[in-house]
Amino acid sequence: MQTNLSTKTRNWMAVASIPVMIWTAIPLLWILATSLKGTDALADPTKNSFGNFWPKDPTLENYRVIFTGGASDLFNPALRNSIIVCLVATLISVILAMFCAYAISRLDFPGKKLILTTALAVSFFPVIAMVTPLFNLWRQVGLFDTIPGLIIPYLALTLPLSIWTLSAFFQQIPWEMEQAAQVDGATSWQAFRKVIAPLAAPGVFTTAIIAFFTAWNDFVFSSNLTSSNNSRTVPAALAFFTGASQFTQPTGAIAAAAVIVTIPVVILVLLFQRRIVAGLTSGAVKG
Amino acid sequence: MASIELKNLVKKYGDGFPAVNDVSLDIADGEFVILVGPSGCGKSTLLRMIVGLEDITSGDLMIDGKRVNDLAPRDRNLSMVFQNYALYPHLTVFENIAFPLRLAKGQHNEDEIRSKVNQASSMLELNEHLERKPANLSGGQRQRVAMGRAIVREADAFLFDEPLSNLDAKLRGQMRTEISRMQRRLGTTTVYVTHDQIEAMTLGDRVAVLKKGVLQQVASPRELYEQPVNLFVAGFIGSPPMNFLPAQVVGSTLKLPFVDVPISQNLADQIKGHEFVIAGIRPEYFKDASLGGVEGVRFSAVVDQTEWLGNEQYAYIPFEAPEAVHSTLEELDRDLDGEGLRTQLVVNLDARSRIREGQEAELVFDPELMHVFDPNSGDNLTRDDAKATEIAQDSEDARRAALERARSRESVSDRQAGEDAAGSQEAS
Repeated sequence: MQTNLSTKTRNWMAVASIPVMIWTAIPLLWILATSLKGTDALADPTKNSFGNFWPKDPTLENYRVIFTGGASDLFNPALRNSIIVCLVATLISVILAMFCAYAISRLDFPGKKLILTTALAVSFFPVIAMVTPLFNLWRQVGLFDTIPGLIIPYLALTLPLSIWTLSAFFQQIPWEMEQAAQVDGATSWQAFRKVIAPLAAPGVFTTAIIAFFTAWNDFVFSSNLTSSNNSRTVPAALAFFTGASQFTQPTGAIAAAAVIVTIPVVILVLLFQRRIVAGLTSGAVKG
Repeated sequence: MASIELKNLVKKYGDGFPAVNDVSLDIADGEFVILVGPSGCGKSTLLRMIVGLEDITSGDLMIDGKRVNDLAPRDRNLSMVFQNYALYPHLTVFENIAFPLRLAKGQHNEDEIRSKVNQASSMLELNEHLERKPANLSGGQRQRVAMGRAIVREADAFLFDEPLSNLDAKLRGQMRTEISRMQRRLGTTTVYVTHDQIEAMTLGDRVAVLKKGVLQQVASPRELYEQPVNLFVAGFIGSPPMNFLPAQVVGSTLKLPFVDVPISQNLADQIKGHEFVIAGIRPEYFKDASLGGVEGVRFSAVVDQTEWLGNEQYAYIPFEAPEAVHSTLEELDRDLDGEGLRTQLVVNLDARSRIREGQEAELVFDPELMHVFDPNSGDNLTRDDAKATEIAQDSEDARRAALERARSRESVSDRQAGEDAAGSQEAS
């Protein structure tokens, strides 16, 4: 990105951003540090350096516990469920939202306002208000504790979001682009596929990532609409971790699992960083 | 190549406002027609109706005698250059130009596409930019890419929607001649929308002047200039615009603000019954009497302001318009996107003239060149139909001759190009 800030302003910005970075990074580092602590280090501050922060003797014990040890039968299926549920929910929601947003931004049809307002209203609903009715309904129709039973509520969470972001993107694409394609001999579908979709790609990526995070981070639905490893996702599964005995807290294992579930998020952001930035800033359309 | 026929085209929007109202126009095969008018006159809408991006409310649009009202844009085989070019930012210049060819599935193989794109790009001097993206091109280059995309396939007609309005003045002049040369060379029917009357006058075989969705006059640039049908056309064509002076009718004399002009008996009969008419005199019809050489009506007036431009000189002489015609003039000014400023006479003088601001100037003009307009209907009462027909015939002949010359030149240069190519192949 191009900036025309003076050196002085830039230096000030750098200084000002340091506390912000510390503020956001410390909790993450703390989780990482905790996940590397053995059982004894968790209980005894003297075994850690920088106060109680970094273990003097880092160990991968906690990771072993969640992947192959006592918590593995809880964590591994949960990780698998998380990946499947979130990917499928994201895919469906982005594809549906793409068509919906395209129609909203390009076509004039009755009920257009209604769709947008409904989408907005749905996303205003407190999630917790939907859980109880869904729980009852899902039990009756047999969706309780199944993977589709989670995907559907996630669609409800992510679709409004996706529709709103994507229609903003589509609206930024000059309509002439599409008209030019039509005059050049394209059908509406060809114009969409060859001109609009490539131009909207940054927007689609941004939307997909936001949708994925929303589903990936959800706890409420997952903990209430599942009862077993069939479909329980990682955020919910973490709550079911137990320590070695009744009296030990599974802090280390939870921290390790938290680190593991953060990794895909970090990878996604790093991979698509430039796309997201391009998408968030401009829509990347230049006539 | 095709003729385009517009029959009583009407475009009404949801609120019932007719953006284009009952426009009929015949565009001959190979003709260059300009749609011109002030902003909001419906010229762009009309163009978009031809290409199929706007629905036609009523009337018939015929291309080569076939009614195409209900055809989608892609089935009309027209190509269009948009005002903002509408290039595809994710494709290279080559792919942008090749886009229409690739969409015509199965009609062109890769080699054909390559040669067609290269032909178009060398015509527009884009060869060295073929691998670049539109975002990295200058305005003029983008404009040429847009033209390349339009000419690459054998479209029945080219449609231009103010293609030069985003360029700076110098580039606009260059591209104008380029478009004109290209159109003559390809001999393709062309409809060109502009609000710039220089483009209208220089490019068009015929110019259609629109006002509020209604076609005012379709004629060659010269006919529009010399024989306008009404006040609006007279005021719109020409820069600086025609002077409109209130003229009091007294028998066979017109009392203008500065001078009394005798008129023919014929005209006097025609305007009998009007207390006031509007006289239209182009700025260059006034001459500095002190330089001599012109016969006609002499008068003197105090010049308020002068502008010396090197090759010519404008002098401004304010006058008061009487109430009777004031509203007509004001309405006309609004129609022409004017600012409703003071009424003044603009005189285009020879650059040698020594008249300066504040001086009393002795001016002369030929009353034969004066137009007289009905202040209520705006009709031109002095339009000479015989002369107009003559001019129309003249320019039609000139157009055919130019097209013929361009075609014969084309076939010669094609043959030469063929020989050159053959020669270079042998050499390699």
